[in-house]
Amino acid sequence: MSKNSTLWSDAIYRLSRNKAAMFGAFILLILIVCAVLAPWIAPYSYSFQNLELGASPPSTDHILGTDVLGRDLLSRILYGARISLLVGFVATGVALIIGVSWGIVAGYSGGRVDSIMMRIVDILYGLPFIIFIILLMVIFGRNLWLLFGAIGAVEWLTMARIVRGQVITLKNQEFVMAAKAMGVSNLSMFRKHLFPNILGPIAVYATLTIPQVMLLEGFLSFLGLGIQPPMSSWGTLIKDGVESMEEYSWLLIYPGITFTITLFALNFFGDGLRDALDPKTTDN
Amino acid sequence: MLNIFIKRLFLAIPVLLAVASITFFLIKLAPGGPFDADKAVSPQVLKNLNEAYNLDASEWEQYVDYMSGVLRGDFGPSFRFPGRSVSEMIATGLPVTFELAFYAILIALLIGISSGVLAALKRNTYLDFIPMAIAMIGICVPTFLMGPLLVLIFGINLEMLPVSGWGQLPGDKILPSITLGFAYAAYIARLSRGGMLEVLNQDFIRTARSKGLKERNIVIKHAMQGGLIPVVSFLGPAIAGLLAGSFVVETIFQIPGLGRFYVEAAFNRDYTMILGTTIFFSAMIVFFNLLSDLAAMWLNPRSRDIS
Repeated sequence: MSKNSTLWSDAIYRLSRNKAAMFGAFILLILIVCAVLAPWIAPYSYSFQNLELGASPPSTDHILGTDVLGRDLLSRILYGARISLLVGFVATGVALIIGVSWGIVAGYSGGRVDSIMMRIVDILYGLPFIIFIILLMVIFGRNLWLLFGAIGAVEWLTMARIVRGQVITLKNQEFVMAAKAMGVSNLSMFRKHLFPNILGPIAVYATLTIPQVMLLEGFLSFLGLGIQPPMSSWGTLIKDGVESMEEYSWLLIYPGITFTITLFALNFFGDGLRDALDPKTTDN
Repeated sequence: MLNIFIKRLFLAIPVLLAVASITFFLIKLAPGGPFDADKAVSPQVLKNLNEAYNLDASEWEQYVDYMSGVLRGDFGPSFRFPGRSVSEMIATGLPVTFELAFYAILIALLIGISSGVLAALKRNTYLDFIPMAIAMIGICVPTFLMGPLLVLIFGINLEMLPVSGWGQLPGDKILPSITLGFAYAAYIARLSRGGMLEVLNQDFIRTARSKGLKERNIVIKHAMQGGLIPVVSFLGPAIAGLLAGSFVVETIFQIPGLGRFYVEAAFNRDYTMILGTTIFFSAMIVFFNLLSDLAAMWLNPRSRDIS
């Protein structure tokens, strides 16, 4: 390795040698491109119905077949990718913002503030959050942005713990003390000294949170409490597939495969990123 | 130990009280009353209904009334099923859900621990790779996909097992239990593999080996006690996950358990049922978390000494 290798260039080097992680990244890239370009590359509109055709097995016109209303399954999977991935990224973003700020404030303040803030996290950990999401969806209606917020508000707890731990280690290091002695303000301390140094664990945990969030969305949509028609996510497609799987098994199988492959890719990539950024874990 | 238990138990009380209060007032925020449903009801009937369910009283009075009921184990009447109380519905659904969760966790522990320990002992061989690959599948295939796929394969195509009901046909408990347990088997396999690997490298294991103890004794008596602590601490949170899983599994297999009641209540906007089950679920989960933390503490000699 070159002499002036940084943590990140080291990590990228290690990551690029991890086949499973690179494969995951490749799949993810394709999926994201497909999701973004869905309106242009999808052969049909996601809501275009062909009632005469009805449910048809995969054919040359409809590569993955059609559903009971004659809608092209491939197009619906492509459009579903938009929603599923959007939920994954946005809700993870919400979780990141809450978790990171909570963790930094708790870890940096220390003392009573820290113990109160972390006690709150401990308490929230022990509560059945899935039930509260369902509760919110029932009370305030099944709104997409509420869903993002609610899922994000659940997933930040682990992030807060990880960040706090990191900040506490950093706080006692010389460069932070030096910055403090020079009178650096709290805000620029977070921005310039603490945040860049905890970016690694944050990136790792964020990649591993996305599949969790997508699972949660799929779970809610499967129960009929998530995304509402005519919009569809992979969760709702699987739900529709289950309803007609006895006669039209392709309606369950293809969305199922897509969803599973995506989760695999995210998990492989996340694991790879963790190993790359934290060489200790690869040793044992 | 006892001290910690009592301390945590006392901490749990205000937490549960807060959960119950927040849920109560959230439900009050919900748009629409419970009786403005499909059929228009005459004002007189509405007035009588409101009186019967104590909806005329101030919210504070309703709150106090409800909370004192909860303390006596009375969660009030169901709004959607007149004549049935929420406590009654919990009492009918709970044993079914418990049984399902019990089989699922049994499957998860048996498969998960045995394959995880084996994988750790035979590290970097096929006995390690294959179970861990299957575990990855278990983590990536969600319950709501696993269930229908099992139904499709074993129920519809092979016609081996019944695909719905609970305790009506022979073998109808098999598929739901496997569906619910599979993902946890996967997590437990990974956790016990990791925990065992860590312990197997430690000095006391080397000492045991150099004393010439049998490998089987080393694994079972020395390594597993420490190596399985992560599994024990995982069991508390797993109960919460099992509960969420039971919503899906009971819906797929049409099992009359508490999970399905809850999902139906969410659809029907049966507010008292939602309120009651939420409080009940929270209490259960707080309790199981407490138990698993204590068990993990008890297994770990270091934390035992501190207390």
